[in-house]
Amino acid sequence: MTSDTHALPDHDAHGGAAHGSLQSYLIGFGLSVVLTAIPFWLVMTGAIADKTATGILVLLFAAVQIVVHMVYFLHMNTRSENGWTMMALIFTVVMVVIALTGSLWVMHHLNINMMPMHDMSQMP
Amino acid sequence: MFDNPELVKMIFGRLNLDALPLHEPILVGTFAMVATGGLALFAIVTYFRLWTYLWREWFTSVDHKRIGIMYMILGIVMLLRGFADALMMRLQQAIAFGGSEGYLPAHHYDQVFTAHGVIMIFFVAMPLVTGLMNYVMPLQIGARDVSFPFLNNFSFWMTVGGAVLVMMSLFIGEFARTGWLAYPPLSNIGYSPDVGVDYYIWGLQVAGVGTTLSGINLICTIVKLRAPGMTMMRMPVFTWTALCTNVLIVASFPVLTAVLVLLSLDRYVGTNFFTNDFGGNPMMYVNLIWIWGHPEVYILVLPAFGIFSEVTATFSGKRLFGYTSMVYATVVITILSYLVWLHHFFTMGSGASVNSFFGITTMIISIPTGAKMFNWLFTMYRGRIRFELPMMWTVAFMLTFVIGGMTGVLLAVPPADFVLHNSLFLVAHFHNVIIGGVLFGLFAGINYWFPKAFGFRLDPFWGKLSFWFWVSGFYFAFMPLYVLGLMGVTRRLRVFDDPSLQIWFVIAAFGALLIFLGIISMLVQFAVSILRREQLKDVTGDPWNARTLEWATSSPPPAYNFAFTPVVYDNDAWWDMKRRGYRRPLAGFRPIHMPSNTGTGIVLAGLATAMGFGLIWYIWWLAAVSFIALLAVAIGHTFNYHRDFDIPADRVGQVEDARTRLLAAGAQS
Amino acid sequence: MTVANVSTQGSEPVFHLIDEHAHPEGASTMLGFWIYLMSDCLIFAMLFATFGVLGGNYAAGPSPKDLFDLKLVAVNTTMLLLSSITYGFAMLTMEKSRVGATQAWLAITGLFGLAFIGIELSEFAHMIHEGATPQRSAFLSSFFTLVGTHGTHVTFGLVWMVTLMVQVARYGLIEANRRRLMCLSMFWHFLDVVWIGVFTFVYLLGMLR
Repeated sequence: MTSDTHALPDHDAHGGAAHGSLQSYLIGFGLSVVLTAIPFWLVMTGAIADKTATGILVLLFAAVQIVVHMVYFLHMNTRSENGWTMMALIFTVVMVVIALTGSLWVMHHLNINMMPMHDMSQMP
Repeated sequence: MFDNPELVKMIFGRLNLDALPLHEPILVGTFAMVATGGLALFAIVTYFRLWTYLWREWFTSVDHKRIGIMYMILGIVMLLRGFADALMMRLQQAIAFGGSEGYLPAHHYDQVFTAHGVIMIFFVAMPLVTGLMNYVMPLQIGARDVSFPFLNNFSFWMTVGGAVLVMMSLFIGEFARTGWLAYPPLSNIGYSPDVGVDYYIWGLQVAGVGTTLSGINLICTIVKLRAPGMTMMRMPVFTWTALCTNVLIVASFPVLTAVLVLLSLDRYVGTNFFTNDFGGNPMMYVNLIWIWGHPEVYILVLPAFGIFSEVTATFSGKRLFGYTSMVYATVVITILSYLVWLHHFFTMGSGASVNSFFGITTMIISIPTGAKMFNWLFTMYRGRIRFELPMMWTVAFMLTFVIGGMTGVLLAVPPADFVLHNSLFLVAHFHNVIIGGVLFGLFAGINYWFPKAFGFRLDPFWGKLSFWFWVSGFYFAFMPLYVLGLMGVTRRLRVFDDPSLQIWFVIAAFGALLIFLGIISMLVQFAVSILRREQLKDVTGDPWNARTLEWATSSPPPAYNFAFTPVVYDNDAWWDMKRRGYRRPLAGFRPIHMPSNTGTGIVLAGLATAMGFGLIWYIWWLAAVSFIALLAVAIGHTFNYHRDFDIPADRVGQVEDARTRLLAAGAQS
Repeated sequence: MTVANVSTQGSEPVFHLIDEHAHPEGASTMLGFWIYLMSDCLIFAMLFATFGVLGGNYAAGPSPKDLFDLKLVAVNTTMLLLSSITYGFAMLTMEKSRVGATQAWLAITGLFGLAFIGIELSEFAHMIHEGATPQRSAFLSSFFTLVGTHGTHVTFGLVWMVTLMVQVARYGLIEANRRRLMCLSMFWHFLDVVWIGVFTFVYLLGMLR
């Protein structure tokens, strides 16, 4: 964020946004179909008995699929807009991770400390 | 028609004549004053036939400078309202002893402290900060306007829309009685069935849209529209802080929007997010709103830091000490501000591990802030310091803010916080940093950039009077609160039993009175300056012998800011130009491409405000109609593809020639 | 870029660009829209966080296993994925300046989007009919809000798509319209990414609870 090699903002009409080709769209589509189908199959059939393992696997597939969508459909790369879109994305991901995990962590500890007697899922 | 209650309810929702506070003499008196003032203003504008001028040149303007000035006016007007609330509270607390109930009933007092907080943060500090960024930042980077000029106008009017809703609650219905963050379950429908919290929600939602969009706009402007040669590390520090502040706005206001949506769903639809039963959890609201709330205070204070950096360098006649460390400190504060939100509710009960983590991250923030403080001191060290008004505010800031910062570090220690939480010590702390940091910074900025905006300086005598009233008033008003907080007095109390406390509240009320004189002096300062504008005139465009690009153009700058886009070689670009014998170009002007004015922004914001009003009073048809109209106008606006025009070269030439003559006349006299 | 010779001595530094430093209209639009999407992303993050914290609080009411039909969710996901690739085709034909084909692909995308909304609404209607209303428990409140917010975004995307189709029909694939289509493309694919989060966190992990 602190250095900018391009003193002059670039002036091409599309503001440096990248485009996809037919091939890249098709690759992206194929990958995302596979990456969607597998987790659905895993959960629907219960192919892996261990629920935690299934859960982690499902999350991994989601993470990979998000990257696939970012690259093939949203055309994310480090060059467009002199890297500012990537910078914005990284910053947002950091903020989302902080806010999400932070909230879960804080509220989890709160529930443990303040409501030791109750199981919330059973409380009316 | 009025015989049919169902029909009346359909047309007016829950709005009826009882909503008008005719039984409250204080409010009737206020209304009479506001109405008289409003009518007088209306009459004056009409008499001088200014409506067309205001509409064409200001309300529909997409010029970042005019929008900036309108933001400042909004902030100062709302400051008067917010401060009136403060005076009322101080008076109430000073007299409500020994069985006296004071003069404010609980119902009214609770609204007053809620409105004071909401107004001061959202409709005073935010507009003033956004206004300064809007006015100064594009000039500092050598741009002609912001990236999305129409959006800028729209954002401003959305902020006004929010302010209008909050002000409306004074005379139609009531405001929230929940404290400025409206914690549930108190703010939920069961405990606050009236319109107060709904005014709060929709006022903030309407203004919040404006703030977020303006954040996006200003980030794009800084990223895309810098003058050639201005790399990131050559940007003025104020621009850097503006960038970081707007990043924080874009990253935190959506959180506020989301959490207020959840609260309104609880209130309107009956969902169970923050309720006490059916699995809802009120503490989740506290958690979420502080994820927005903590970055918010840095949104306010970072631009103030930027102003102090510009002022210190200019009035010490030196390059800013430690530019790079200043930039890094700003960026580090930006990121850290996201990691500390829990320190606002240490006492919630998340346990030792969570509290220690957030306590430590909080203390870490004092490191980059301390680095900044030393940078300012070293800039002043061996400088040729001129104690003009902006510099006086800066010195007052340094002394005051350090006290506020140190009490902040005290509060960051979780065990200490268990004692001081919710006490007047906390109230004193955050007023210490917000008044001593943000407000002093804004006053420094107003005194510093006023000659740029209007072509004449602010009157120094009344300015100094205002300065001394404000600074001494601040200490009188808030130091007693530290003492009271340490004694264990909690905040938001209306009456007191212990008569030994009264003296401190009386001192605090005296401080508030001094601040009142400070505000009056400031208004007089504006009036006197306008009357004495010929004596205070500055034709050079650079009255302070300053260092950054905004001083390279005339005061006030022409609509297009710079006749030719400047080229930058140094982070004190204008200083560098002056030093190397820069000469103003006098001929060869080209046509300049500029955006056209449009009334769409004010129309859209008006519809959004009407929609908010409909939702507050359950006037469903009004909400629906305004929403559909909002969509229709927005879509209709996208069918207009011709949004800009060219200022012809000879027109640019005329403006520049006029300045050449002024400069020559100024040089002779 | 030509540079003004501001002084008679050529050796002095140049302080001005003489040619209007061209900022073509809309040069910032793509970046600005991207930053808007990032802010939207944070709204969704908060709704996910709320679902994460409250999603297990059934209040003795129905749980995901009683309510979710994964087959229906799979069909719905397919609709959204297909609409993604058809929007991609619309962008490819737009680059070749084929107005008719672009409009056709946009229309197909819109139909898939409509199908997605239809399925989602019928799912909601079914749940509400069963008594699993948003008011029933904190789990259901956060479920309806998260999924409903995504659905609302898709609906606005559809309104926007129709608007753009009218504009393309009236004014052709002019520069401004291309830029708008690219913004909508980003919006549409972004909603896809959010949906990945929704079907993973809400539906799949919900069934595993």
